[in-house]
Amino acid sequence: MSEKKEALFSKKNKKLLSDPLNLNNPVTIQVLGICSALAVTVQMDNAIVMSVAVLFVMVMGNLIVSLLRNLIPSKIKIIVQLVIVAALVIIVDQVLKAYVYDVSKSLSVFVGLIITNCIIMGRLEAYALGNKPWGSILDGVGNGLGYGLILVVVAFFKELFGSGKLLGFEIFGNSIEQTGLYSIGYEDNGLMLLPPSSLILVAIYIWIQKKRTPSLIDENAN
Amino acid sequence: MQFLRNFFDKAYEKAGEKFHPVVESFDTILFSPNHTTKSGAHVRDAVDLKRTMMFVILAMVPCLLFGMWNVGEQHFIASGETVSFFDKFLHGAIRVLPLVVVSYGVGLTVEFIFGIIKGHSLHEGYLVSGMLIPLIMPVETPLWMVAIAVVFGVVIGKEVFGGTGMNILNVALTTRAFLFFAHPNSMIGDKIWISQMRDMEANGTMADGVSGATPLGQLATMDPGTVDTYYANGGVDFSQSLMGNYLGSIGETSVYAILLGLAFLLITRVASWRIVVSFFAGGFAMAFIFNIFAGDNVFMQVPALSQLMLGSFMFGMVFMITDPVTAAQTNKGKFYYGFLAGFIGILIRVANPAYPEGIMLGILIANVCASLIDHMVINANIKRREKRLAKATA
Repeated sequence: MSEKKEALFSKKNKKLLSDPLNLNNPVTIQVLGICSALAVTVQMDNAIVMSVAVLFVMVMGNLIVSLLRNLIPSKIKIIVQLVIVAALVIIVDQVLKAYVYDVSKSLSVFVGLIITNCIIMGRLEAYALGNKPWGSILDGVGNGLGYGLILVVVAFFKELFGSGKLLGFEIFGNSIEQTGLYSIGYEDNGLMLLPPSSLILVAIYIWIQKKRTPSLIDENAN
Repeated sequence: MQFLRNFFDKAYEKAGEKFHPVVESFDTILFSPNHTTKSGAHVRDAVDLKRTMMFVILAMVPCLLFGMWNVGEQHFIASGETVSFFDKFLHGAIRVLPLVVVSYGVGLTVEFIFGIIKGHSLHEGYLVSGMLIPLIMPVETPLWMVAIAVVFGVVIGKEVFGGTGMNILNVALTTRAFLFFAHPNSMIGDKIWISQMRDMEANGTMADGVSGATPLGQLATMDPGTVDTYYANGGVDFSQSLMGNYLGSIGETSVYAILLGLAFLLITRVASWRIVVSFFAGGFAMAFIFNIFAGDNVFMQVPALSQLMLGSFMFGMVFMITDPVTAAQTNKGKFYYGFLAGFIGILIRVANPAYPEGIMLGILIANVCASLIDHMVINANIKRREKRLAKATA
């Protein structure tokens, strides 16, 4: 091999992993995949399972498309990508149904809709089609984690204030038997159970994120 | 006076750079600032933003006072006691003033924090919202809920858009909408409109036959029939709804008190008559359409004019829809804007039994559409003039 082999975790590769977590987050900066962030964040366990599912599809999709990148004719590349992603989504769906049936039921249609998640097609188009497999895997992991991070953060606040629980454990006491905080008149926030609250929470996240990293603020916006 | 002036001058020194905005805002509430614009075109007027806000607050005073009396009145009707006018008022004041204090305390604290972080002088916009918020709450709303809702309203409704004068949505209504969706048990139902109703029920001191439902709540759950049965069963009729001695949010019930405020706002030209008139017309039109297609639905049968006098329609017309920041800015647009809000408000109120009070949502929807309406009005004007020019030059 004539060219010098690149280290597995070179600076460039590390950037592939870390960028999507903050500086180029798929949800908060690119504003992709918002629909599922709204729908599956009422409970933490749903959000976590959804994140893992998307992470799996994204990594595998990126890897497969990257391996095939020189074989796919550009005229039908979208169709090929769709077939690959659809196959992966079906695998995920079946696994979820087999092992975590309850979560699969409450995620319902949104597992199937991973196929339309803009982040996945976006990464296939933008990265995997033009880069080597290892970089594509890292890119998939980074974006999957970036997506999952937002989902989990949003779900944390929604479940905590919407139903007073975290992963099913009662944090604020039992709301029906009026123990804990509820005995002094606290009530769960019903707005947190509705999808629009995710938008508000994501917006607050973006606000804090941009406040902390001024380089993200678009100079031309003002 | 000189004593106060000296006090503030000293406070400026003590506060230093960081807390300058805090001292300044208190200073300018009491003293008109004597610095003037130095250059450029500007309007000479004795009225600045703070005085305008004060006018609106003055206009709300009749509603507040009546609301206090009405809270007492309804409480003692429910408990079956006969007490003097003064006792009723006192009871109401004890129940209402904490809401006012919490609203102002929390809201101004948030404003101070943002003023200090951003280093700008304080915005006075909250002075009006802080008084509006208690007036549109049911009297039984827990104080901590008001506090949370105020934080939400001020931060999400106003500060994220850039503070006073930049908000898209009416802050007071954002606050109420938040509570409406977050804690529906405290915003709709028939246990929350009479002061201390839950306690009285627990102690068994309620008078017989007292219903805790608002007229709108009653109407929304009426069996099919004619509106006469509603009035025959003690429904709030037209003259009672003008007077306002019935159940509802604290400040919204008395049309007389609200009209006093409206007259004051129109004379001082704080409120736009275009919006007020078109809002009324929009509500009337929708209520009239319902009258025509009512069938045996009692809520739809309520005569259009009586419909508008119930609930928060009049209060919204005078104090909410006229908010100049969230309203349409063009004169023509103001007509569309007001009409839209009234029309949709009554539509939601009557057509959706889950939201017996739809005026809030109608006004919020119109708020969102306001800039779109302006855009369309301006573009239509440009097109019209272009056509005229083409004709003249052709």
